[in-house]
Amino acid sequence: MSPELTAAPLAAAPLARAPFGDAAVSLEPGLHEQEMVINFGPQHPAMHGTLRLVMTLDGEKCRHIDPQMGYLHTGFEKLGEHRTWNQFIVVTDRMNYMSAMANNVGFALAVEELLGIEVPPRAQAIRVIMCELSRIGDHILGVGLQGMDLGAFTAMLWAFIEREKVYDVFELASGGRLTTSYTRVGGLAFDLPEDCPARIRAFIERLEPVLQEMEGMLSRNRIFLERTQGVGTFSRQQAIDWGLSGPVARASGLDRDLRRDRPYSGYEQYDFEVPVRTEGDVYARYLVRLAEVRQSLRIVEQALDRLPSGPVNAIGAKATLPDKDEVYSRMESLIQHFMLEMPGHGIKAPKGAIYHATETPNGELGWYIVSDGTGVPYRVRVRPPSLYQFQSIKPMAEGRLVADVVAIMSSLGVIAGELDR
Amino acid sequence: MSDWVVQAIATAVKAGLVIGIAMNIVPLLIYLERKISAYMQGRIGPNRVNLVLGDVRYLLPPSMRDAVPASLSRFKLIPGSLQPLADAVKLAFKEEIVPASADKVLYYLGPLVAFVPVATALAFIPFGTGTWDLFGTGHVIDLRIASADVGVLGLFAISSLGVYGIAAGGWGSGSKFPLMGAVRASAQMISYEVPMGLALLAAIATVGSVDTQAFVYEQATTWGGMGWLVFKQPLAALIFLVAMFAENNRLPFDLPEAEPELVGGYHTEYSGLKFALFFLGEYMAMILMCSLFVTIFLGGWSLPFVVDPSGTSGLNALASGLVFLAKIMLVLNFQVWIRWTLPRFRYDQLMHLGWKVMVPLALANLVVTAIVLHLAA
Repeated sequence: MSPELTAAPLAAAPLARAPFGDAAVSLEPGLHEQEMVINFGPQHPAMHGTLRLVMTLDGEKCRHIDPQMGYLHTGFEKLGEHRTWNQFIVVTDRMNYMSAMANNVGFALAVEELLGIEVPPRAQAIRVIMCELSRIGDHILGVGLQGMDLGAFTAMLWAFIEREKVYDVFELASGGRLTTSYTRVGGLAFDLPEDCPARIRAFIERLEPVLQEMEGMLSRNRIFLERTQGVGTFSRQQAIDWGLSGPVARASGLDRDLRRDRPYSGYEQYDFEVPVRTEGDVYARYLVRLAEVRQSLRIVEQALDRLPSGPVNAIGAKATLPDKDEVYSRMESLIQHFMLEMPGHGIKAPKGAIYHATETPNGELGWYIVSDGTGVPYRVRVRPPSLYQFQSIKPMAEGRLVADVVAIMSSLGVIAGELDR
Repeated sequence: MSDWVVQAIATAVKAGLVIGIAMNIVPLLIYLERKISAYMQGRIGPNRVNLVLGDVRYLLPPSMRDAVPASLSRFKLIPGSLQPLADAVKLAFKEEIVPASADKVLYYLGPLVAFVPVATALAFIPFGTGTWDLFGTGHVIDLRIASADVGVLGLFAISSLGVYGIAAGGWGSGSKFPLMGAVRASAQMISYEVPMGLALLAAIATVGSVDTQAFVYEQATTWGGMGWLVFKQPLAALIFLVAMFAENNRLPFDLPEAEPELVGGYHTEYSGLKFALFFLGEYMAMILMCSLFVTIFLGGWSLPFVVDPSGTSGLNALASGLVFLAKIMLVLNFQVWIRWTLPRFRYDQLMHLGWKVMVPLALANLVVTAIVLHLAA
């Protein structure tokens, strides 16, 4: 077919028959070649959540990637300016729905640092347990999803079963499975139920065989290795330049973990290692996530072994609700309850600004909170690890095949809720 | 009655039987696939759509209802066994959506062209003995539809046309993901037909015929009935098996419909019964390829001590048919098992495996076979 013949109908009806972009590149006379702009997402099976990549393809090869965010924009940061300190904890659940507990804890810690509250040791230990359980849930499902995006659907469902068991523990402790809202400023919403430690121990015992089975499915699978090794490689310097954190950065050789380097919630008491690899490819991220699951199990076991007794709320700090019995029997407690619960009252934070970061499963989750001395924050700014990981898809995946883009995307563990806020 | 009239009637009956059984294996296979994958993944699988008689107690007079245990009253015959029927009904009532940019002719032709050649090629598969004496009347019935001498060559010539359906469907959708799926499918199916054909050539050289029934007789009469080509030509069998997965677009070779990459591949824009026809064609292709593998490498309908290859009795013919069916089901289950275990190849790795690993291996196998046969003769 001559170029004139193909060009004529395109010019006559441009909308009906020109779905493949306008940039026509003809290498030889008669050979009609053009790059194709393809829209990955926001509704696409591999774009978990509502992520969107606009890709320019040359055949199977991806020439340009334009990552676009904002399809799950919910105004969480703006909500922070209208919610009291404790009310905003509910919003933090919805940001990273893969690890709501870690988000709860991160925000509560930031506010407590602003208020200067010391949380009792039992609450600290429970927070550590919950953070690590949510890390286990996030990483094990992340590894499973990595398998799913490469076609190994079974590994993902095995991971899902274990994640549900993590949620069983969350439900026992907080009443919620996905959106836990477990922490309060100055402590926790509830103490652990009596049978909860035993349930957690039973879960830990069951997890190791499942981990080994998943490793058997994927870790030495020849196809999986070929699909992941050397794909999406990022050097240590690149990881620093693009602001990466968490398992993705540690897979690139960046030995940084806030739990060890800037301990909070008593992480300095626990004996654990920070797994680091230097390859920086998709496979290294997979291995780092699996290794972190094992380290988290160690931390949970230690925390359970030395779980202190005592209250789970900082009683004297005038930020936490007193015990109900005391409200009915002591005037001071009644007043404190009244002061916290009545409209127009509540926790009053001093004027000031604070940045506090915690190591969530995805990486460094930072809270920059400005308080103007009223009952609500003046500004709540989140530093989501997903944002930095999502933008780094461009240098990682450009020039690679479409299948690699999918593999890299799932290895980054981007959560749309946290990304778009 | 003259022999050709009997043969003509018998051929019509055989055609109805083969298509009927093959079309009925498809829902069974869909059900098995969903149940086996559920078993592998720690799920339950379909268990809602049952063959339920309702509460059977209400069939009885009121005075006798309490005599029947309540557990019997909710008796379910194979939980979820009607799921494929429910799926088919659902697809039949789906809205028919044709994309505005579709090429109507190709779009409508695609599913048909994907399905018809595959179903036609089943005619060459021998599903039972070739020597059934029809109820002792002296009319010898060959239990396959087309007793053609071209055998496997004809089968390949027809079944390979199926790729046109996929290409037409993907191209005719006028959409980007189906286009990529169609291009991938065409390249993959053409590439893997080469090692498959070469593996087959070695098998043909061993048997010395392209007639499908001759394959089975050769395997059933040598090595005490166990002269299966999977033992005589293990490398060819392995290459054929791998190429079979690629031909059927099953994991680890399901690139044409790779969900995380291409959404649904070539059938992304199809809905309703046109999608069902693609689906049916895909499963029929699975059945065809498994039948072919069984016929060529696993001794077809033969089994020592069960089927007498030269027997003429009706019972023997029936036994041979059941043996064939059982062997197909085993290979189909193997396909299901592999699908839910392995990840997917990347496009360049797929081509690498096809052209740089399997084609040289198949060629070497063919050369070695030829030399051995020459020395033996």
